[in-house]
Parts: sequence; structure tokens; C-alpha cells
Amino acid sequence: MFSRDQWQEIFETIRKNKLRTILSGFTVALGIFIFIILFGFGNGLKNSFEQFFLDDATNTLWLYPGVTSKAYRGFKDNRRIEFENSDLIDIEENFTFFLENITPRINRRETLSYRGQSNSYNIRAIGPAHQYVEKTIIMKGRFINQKDVDERTKNITIGRLVAQDIFKKEDPIGKYIEMGESAFKVVGVFQDKSGDREERLVYLPYTTRQLMEKNNDKIDQIIVSFNPDLGYIGALAFEKQLGDFFKIKKVIDPSDKSGLYIRNTTERVRQNQQFASVLQIIVAFVGIGTLIAGIIGISNIMVFVVKERTKELGVRKALGATPISVVGMILNESIFITTSSGIFGLLLGVFILSRLEDQLEQYFILDPYVDSLTALIATFLLIFFGAIAGYIPAKRAASIKPIVALRDE
Amino acid sequence: MIQINNLHKSYKMGSSSLHVLKGIDLKIDEGELVAIMGSSGSGKSTLLNILGMLDIADEGNYLLDNVLIKDLTETIAANYRNRFLGFVFQSFNLINYKNAIENVALPLYYQGLKRKIRQQKALEYLKKVGLKDWAKHLPSELSGGQKQRVAIARAMASEPKVLLADEPTGALDSNTSNEVMSLIQKINNDGKTILVVTHEIEIAQMCKRIITLKDGVIVEDKKIDQILLEDYV
Repeated sequence: MFSRDQWQEIFETIRKNKLRTILSGFTVALGIFIFIILFGFGNGLKNSFEQFFLDDATNTLWLYPGVTSKAYRGFKDNRRIEFENSDLIDIEENFTFFLENITPRINRRETLSYRGQSNSYNIRAIGPAHQYVEKTIIMKGRFINQKDVDERTKNITIGRLVAQDIFKKEDPIGKYIEMGESAFKVVGVFQDKSGDREERLVYLPYTTRQLMEKNNDKIDQIIVSFNPDLGYIGALAFEKQLGDFFKIKKVIDPSDKSGLYIRNTTERVRQNQQFASVLQIIVAFVGIGTLIAGIIGISNIMVFVVKERTKELGVRKALGATPISVVGMILNESIFITTSSGIFGLLLGVFILSRLEDQLEQYFILDPYVDSLTALIATFLLIFFGAIAGYIPAKRAASIKPIVALRDE
Repeated sequence: MIQINNLHKSYKMGSSSLHVLKGIDLKIDEGELVAIMGSSGSGKSTLLNILGMLDIADEGNYLLDNVLIKDLTETIAANYRNRFLGFVFQSFNLINYKNAIENVALPLYYQGLKRKIRQQKALEYLKKVGLKDWAKHLPSELSGGQKQRVAIARAMASEPKVLLADEPTGALDSNTSNEVMSLIQKINNDGKTILVVTHEIEIAQMCKRIITLKDGVIVEDKKIDQILLEDYV
């Protein structure tokens, strides 16, 4: 069935029927190409979405102190609640079962100066676990560590854009930056996928910050991460117990909603993941739609091609072509055309996607891609259905009596 | 070479059936040049199609070179057509995207011959019909007579036992008709058995025997003095 002679015959037919070949090849190539591009864009959309919403650690609770709205146990309402270092220790001691990491956060804005140039930046005073909850990526040097916290060192880790602003092309590690009345040593540079804003930050040990602020022990927020194995239910239970614990400790009316805020990322993550899966369904729908359109296109062309060749097939049969050889010829031809043009469309689509990368980021399409399995399956499907679409009319044409085919003017 | 007994064929036309061949008995020897005549509807084309294994009889025997042609599968019929029969059609039926030599080589392809041998043989037969210089031309670049000569070369290339020609001059003017018929006579003189279906008496008189069909039966079967044409080729 696949002798060299037969291939020669097929190539000859293909070469001498250029319009037909181009038409059917174009349909298949276009079908695959559009499928790859659309599917890739869909994935790019999903990438942007994930970058927007799924960047931070997903198993975290954020605790913010508020202002009470109800009088309770001798305290008046409108009382400002504050967190202290002891709260950190309390959480660590009372919630070991749930707890994975804990870090405080103090937000400030400061002017940083280096060699006479100064600029103002947001400063975050934190613990070493903060690297984990924000998924901060260290490019150079290191993050603030436990030793920095314990010894209240004047070390800072700066964002990529801060380093760019201040040091230009200089290596920032080991350099000293003035902040307030003292000089801080840069120990690391980080990047953050959440975007530019996150990369214009400066991290320093929270204990150092407290020392700078008259050696107090106040904390703006507490961020805790819990064991991801707890799941959604466990996270809710942790949130509830943590809330109850702090309402007792800070003497807040249990029904007071504004004394203490807890933000649980799992809830948001769940919603986001639902949205992401809807996006995935849309992408799949678009892909399948394109593929079906392609299959219908190639089927139409195959039916037309066989119809057009009915007489030729009759002649071939009169000259001694067996039905098998007729079907085989049409199938080989169509499979050859669909395979080669399918692969062409596939490669072209993949090539264009790979060239795009983040050029379409402003349209929320980031790093569009198609995984190779999807691409191959799609190509295979198109080839397969192209073959079936060729087989059915070919089979019928092969079974027509040559005399009928010949009479068909 | 060809022997048929009591051949019947009818076509279903909706509820009624049309009895086209009503018991044909015929014997054709090797080397004969037979014209099958008759008006349209007489059954001459049906007879030729059955002889050419393009159609199947309802009843009766058909022996081709002492081989019983009956209950053939499509594949075997295709093989027999390929080895035993050469066809020449009124409308030439050349494959339009293949040039002359490729058209002639096509039956050889289905015989499973090697490409080189096919080309060689095809060229040889094109030479015989006087179209060696036209080997690389597409059918659209050939005149009607030339096309039919290519078709004859193609029919001859597989070295069939019988050449079947269905109105071979039907689409040609009288000059080219003579050209084609002279070629057929020449091939016959080389010993090939040839059947020509025609409704033109002038063409029939160029054969050696005329069988006249009317309403599905043979009404006349006579040997004649052939009008020999000068060699055009």
C-alpha cells in the first residue's frame, strides 16, 4: 500500500492539481493555526489572570486591628485596637496545630538617600516568614532573616526597581543607604511577580523598625499562613478560632464586627479558581469550535474533490484500478496533504505564539502557549476526520460501476 | 476469443424494467475486426459494457479467451479488465492533468510494472500511433484525433486480448475519423481482436464483420469486404 511507486503517483497528482491541493491544505493549516492561536491566547488570558490574583500564597490569614463599634466590659466604643509582639507569641503558642508561618508587618514611608540623591519609598518592617507569604523572589543576596530580627540589625532587602533607581548599574549588595538618621546595609535584592508596585518596596526587620520608633512593640498587621493540608474547612475553622481568641484577648464584644478584621485568602482563592476554571471552559469551547469548523471545512473539500474526480476514477477503474487502490489513492493523498499542512499550521501557530510572549500583555494575554499534547491531539483529530471525510465519498466512488462514472459528464 | 450464449440484461426503471438484451449468442475469433451496429437503444453499448466487464449480465455465459466471466468481485474484474481488455471511448477519457505518455503508462501502473519499464513501453506505443513528439503534451494541447490516438495507445499498452471501442469516432470529423479508423485497421492487421460499436455505416464498412442489433437481438451478422484506408500514421 505504501510502495514508492504509489507515492510517486500521489505526488504527481498533488503537484498537477495545485489548486485542489492548496485549497484543502490551506483549510487544514488554517484550522490548526487558528486553533493554536486561539487556544494559546486563552491560556495567555489565564496566565494574566493567575498573575493578577493567584500570586500571593493562598493559605494565609491577614489580621488587621480595627476600631471597636460597641462598648464592652467597661471599655467605651470607638477604641482603637493595636497589635503587639506578644500577640505573635500567643498565636505561635496557641495555634501550633494550624500554624505554618507567622510574620508581622509595619508599613511606613521613608526617604532613602544614596550619594546625595534621595527618593521616597514604602517601607515594610517584617519577619523572615514574610518572604513566604508574599512569594518574594530573591535575585541577589538574601532576605531579612531571623538573626536580623533577633539582633535588630540595620539590614534591608530592596526591590528590583528600588535597586535600579538608586544604584543604576552598580551592585547594591553591601552598599549603605541612608534612611532617617541611620545608614542601612543592603543585603539583598528581590523581585515580585505582582508587579511594579511590589518591586518598589524596601523590607527591614520589624524589631529594627520598632527600635527606631522609641523601642515600642506595636505591629500594624499580622499575617499567618496555615498548613495547606487543612483545606477550605480547616482554614475557616482556624479563622474562627483566631478571631475568637483575639476578641477575648483584646476585650472586644464578640458581636462587634469592626474591632478586628481577618482576611482569609482561601475564600478569595476559591472564587478565583472558579473564575479560572470558567475561563478554561471558554478556552476549551473556543478550541473545540475552531476544530469542528476546521473538520467541516476539510470534509466539504474532500467531498468536492472526490466528486470532481468521479470520472477520473471511472477511467482508472476501466484501466484496471481495483476499488482498494482507488480508495487507497484518495486516502493517501488526503492524509498526506492534511498531515503536511496540519504540521505546517501547527508549527506556524506555535512559532507565532512563542514570538508573542508578553507583547500582548496590555490586552491581558501573557505568555500564550499551547501544551504539545493538546496541539498534537488537535492536529491528529483534524487529520483523522479529514481522512474519514475523504474515505466515505472515496468508498462510494470506488464502488460506482466504471460505466456509470464514465457516463458522468 | 469471445463466446457468449443467451445473454440477457434488463435495467430496472422504477417499477417497470427495461429488457435491453434479449438473448444474444455471439462468437468472435481471434484477429477479427467486428463492428456492432444499431440505432440508439438497440443495446449495442450495453453489450459492449458487458463484454468489457464494466457491467454484468443477468443471464447467460460469457467466455473470454476460455475464461468464464461470472460472479467476479470488483477486484478480480479490475484485474481482468487490466490484463484482457483495452478500452477506447467516444469522449477519449484521458486524465486531463496527465500528459500523453503518463496517460498511456497508467494501465501499466496498475499492472504493477516498474516506472522505467512503463515509460519505455508507453513511449513505444505512442510511437506506434505516431505521437512520439507529443509525449509531454497535456490532452488539452492535443487535437481530437490526437487525443483518440493517445487513448488507443493507452488501450494497447497493456497488451490486451481484445480492444473495445465505443463510438471511437463519434466526437471526430470525418477526416480524423479516418485517421483513427486507419490506426484501428493497422492494429487489427497486426493480429489484435477489435470490437467497434458505431451507428455510422461508413465506419462499420471499415471493419471485417458487421453485427447489427435491433431491440436487444442480433438481426444481422455478416462478413464484409473491408474498406481499407490508406495509412495515415
